[in-house]
Parts: sequence; structure tokens; C-alpha cells
Amino acid sequence: MSKDVAVLGVGMHPWGKWGQSFVGYGVKAAQDALRDAGLRWRDIQFVAGGDTIRNGYPGFVAGATFAQALGWSGAKVSSSYGACATGAQAIGVARAHILAGLCDVALVVGADAAPKGFFAPTGGKRPDDPDWLRFHIQGITNPTYFGLYARRRMAVHGATQRDFAAVKVKNAKHGLHNPNARYRKEVSVEEVLGSALVADPLHLLDICATSDGGAALVLSSMDFAHKHTTDPVKIAAVSTVTPIYPNTIIEMPNLSTDSKAGVDLPELGFKESIAHDAYEEAGLGPEDMNLAEVYDLSTALELDWYEQIGICPPGDAEKLLRDGETTFGGRIPVNPSGGLASFGEAVPAQAIAQVCELTWQLRGQAEGRQVEGAKAGVTVNQGLFGHGSSVICTV
Amino acid sequence: MKAKVPAVDGLFTMDPAEPRLLGTKCRSCGTYFFPAENTCCRNPDCDEGELEEVRLSRTGTLWSYTSANYQPPAPFVAKDPFEPFAIAAVELEAEGITILGQVADGIGVDALETGMPMELVLRELYQDQDHVYFTWNWKPADDAAGGE
Repeated sequence: MSKDVAVLGVGMHPWGKWGQSFVGYGVKAAQDALRDAGLRWRDIQFVAGGDTIRNGYPGFVAGATFAQALGWSGAKVSSSYGACATGAQAIGVARAHILAGLCDVALVVGADAAPKGFFAPTGGKRPDDPDWLRFHIQGITNPTYFGLYARRRMAVHGATQRDFAAVKVKNAKHGLHNPNARYRKEVSVEEVLGSALVADPLHLLDICATSDGGAALVLSSMDFAHKHTTDPVKIAAVSTVTPIYPNTIIEMPNLSTDSKAGVDLPELGFKESIAHDAYEEAGLGPEDMNLAEVYDLSTALELDWYEQIGICPPGDAEKLLRDGETTFGGRIPVNPSGGLASFGEAVPAQAIAQVCELTWQLRGQAEGRQVEGAKAGVTVNQGLFGHGSSVICTV
Repeated sequence: MKAKVPAVDGLFTMDPAEPRLLGTKCRSCGTYFFPAENTCCRNPDCDEGELEEVRLSRTGTLWSYTSANYQPPAPFVAKDPFEPFAIAAVELEAEGITILGQVADGIGVDALETGMPMELVLRELYQDQDHVYFTWNWKPADDAAGGE
């Protein structure tokens, strides 16, 4: 049985700091996705919401919140959370309902209104919560982890701060003409290196901002899609893997890794396993991909992802970047949308936004940033507390 | 005199000279946990593991490091004025586990190098009227002095 589902419609609310409710961003994205699909809200049988944890109760029940805002229609509902991987969780639930024959057409929505500055844990004294503990007892923020990975990359692979800055330069250029991007301005290596040091060796412009934004997809069975359109973009795989014990690379929000003592190491590390699982499900490999949207929480992390999604061997990411293989005209443009460098992070919307970008690219509608002749693309992302996220789209 | 207490109970000993982090070890498969896991062994291939409390190694190797140049938000209790600090990820060889912690005594990233030996120390985190609250820090091991 084919595991394909069709992406009938996509929509986004532009990323920024708009100072409004997350609900409005999600509704705007959903309405755009419905219009793009040529469907009405009444046609939707299932709504999969991506939760936000920083907007009170409506955020924890996002599926119902969006359904109510669009007008109660009796559609079935789910709400999922997986930190930065929330969008993949919501896509996974909608896709499973479609593939199981429980519905024909579903709406996936994620949106966020983000605070300024560092993400902090939710309130109260909770020593058993690793997210509370790391802030309280060591003052460890999210950029701490980005800095540790970047320094490690410098020690192991000889990366430099200029290499990291070059990722920002590339992504800023990619995002210049993207109407949904928050930052649309070219940036130079010198500007990155001249910005404030936040988490050595990373500067302010190496690290993504937190943003407001919303993204939505209309997904359907292939039978339903063929009645409405021809040659839709398809989702060929969704990976929502967790790590395999022991996970020996330090990860947000933990103060420690799993132990290597007395146990065999898994064949693949967690980050390597995320896209690998999607490739296996799609029956495709990294060599079949024409573009990738990867989670550049920091510039250095984008280089790690090149290796972790298999588009170059470990240690070759800097060369791949310098050779221009990950920009337009190269072998596999990475983050043609501009990535988090141009958007900032709107947590529950981000993995959905990655699929919006793949869809526009594979339809040939990515004006000003089109990867010519793209037939297949991969997204990758990771949510803290062990959430993998990778989606492969084909046309 | 204010009482010296850990900022969070059960994570480390308060031995000022040779403090140790407190974890657990599975008697069956030999894997370690920090902070201590007391419910069941998290190795999915280990069904009957009994967990015992252990003191982890005091020394390890620097896996990577970074800095906090901006004040972290609450529940961190920052010094006033805020002083930037370095953060180390230290790999303990016997336990096969990497543990994060601030670097002690204002030692900055320039004094750190991946692979160098590090040791555990206790440092004040903050105070209130009755207590001085402590946490663990990492610091270049005494025998690592010299070099650059």
C-alpha cells in the first residue's frame, strides 16, 4: 500500500513580532491553505493542531482552539506537542488518520506568539524537571548547547567562526525575497563577527531569534486529491523517531548524556537517525534530494545537519558550503526559504513551515528563491526531550 | 553563620575538598544515571536492573565548552551585576557520561581547550538570609596547570 498523502494546500502568516494572539496567525495560515487547496473549512474532516506552551490553556489544546476560531464544524480534532518538532507530530497524526482511512482530508495548523529573548522554563519550583534544573543550578540556556556543538565542531573538524558566519550570509541571501521571512536584509561575514558574542564561539547573528508566525497544510488521501487536482506534491515519509539508548551526545535541556558503560552504542546517533528513518520510509536517499530545509537554530548547527542528513561525509560540511553546493545553482540548496536565520523560530509552526517551503519549491512557485527543477526535498528538525522530525516530499 | 546547603538536594555531596556528584548505577547492566534514576533502569534491553546509589568520578575530560555572555533568565539567580561565565561539558571515562556545569572562579574560555583534564568543585550559587546555596562547577584539574 502506498504511504503517500497529498499536500493540497499550504499557507503561512508572515513571521515577525506582531504582538497579537497566536490564534489569529494560525487562522490566517489555515485560510490561506484552504484557499490554496480550493476547499472550504466545512470540507475538512480532521484538524491536527500543533500546541504552544507559552500562550495559556488555548495553546495546550491548539487543534480545538483553531477549530473554534474557524467556526465549530464538528470536525474531529487532535492537539500535539513535541517542542521544536511539534509540527511533525501534528503532520504525523493527520497523515496516519488519512492512511488508515479514518478521514479523506485534514487541516494541520501550528502558530506561536513568542516572548523576547531567551526561552525560559514555565514557572514554579520543579527540581525534577530537567528544563527547570538546568536554568536554576547552572544558568544553562538554549544557546549554551549551540555553543557547545559549535566549539566541538571547531575542535574535531577545524571549523572557524568565519565558516559559521558564511552560513548566515547564505541564508540571509536566500530569504531576501521570501514574503513570509522576518529578516530580509543581506548580512556580511564581518557583520556577523562584529555582533555581540552570546555563547562562545557564536555571535548574536549566528543564533536564530524567537518569532511570531503561523503555518498550515491541507493534506488528503491520493484518491481525494486526484478528484481535485493533478500532480499534487506528496508527502512520502514522516519521521518522528526518538533516540535509541544510549544517547551519548548532550542535548537540550539535559545536564548530562546517557551512559556508554555496559551497553552497546546504536548504529546511528540520534540526529543521524532522524532523516535516515524518513529516507527508509520513502525508499529514497540523500542523493535523490534536490533541496533541504534544516533547523538552523545556529549557523554551526546547519553544518552539522549537512552530515546528519547524509549530503556529505562527517567533516566535509564547510567545504560543501564554501563550494556553493548548498546555495542556488549548487548540488543541493539548503534552506532556500532563508531558514531560521531569516525567520526566527515560531516553535509549533516551524516544522509545518518547512513543508510549506518544500511544497512551493516542488510546484515551482518559490518566486525569487526557486530551486530549478526540484523533484524531491527533505526537512529535518529536532525537538528537545527526544523528538525527531523529518519529512520527505516528492512530486 | 549561614548554613551551607546544596541548591537542590540529592545531586552532589557537600564535601568541600573532594565533592562528588551522586548518581545511580544498574547492578545488572552496569549503566549509570545522573541525576540519579530511581524508578527503573533506562537501558531498554535490561529488564530486571536494580539501581544503587553511586558517587561519580571527580575528574574527566573536556568534551566541549562555551560561555554565557548574557544573563540567563529566572529560575537562575544571577549575581548583581551579572558576570559572564564559561560552561564546560566534561566526559567521565568510567561512567561514559558527559555532564555540564559552569566553570569555576571566573576562568574564561581562553583558558580552556577540548581534551584537557577537568575536576569537580563546589561553588556558591546564591545566598538568602539563612543559607548559602551551593552547586557544582568544573575547573581545569590541578595537574593541568601550565601549558597555555
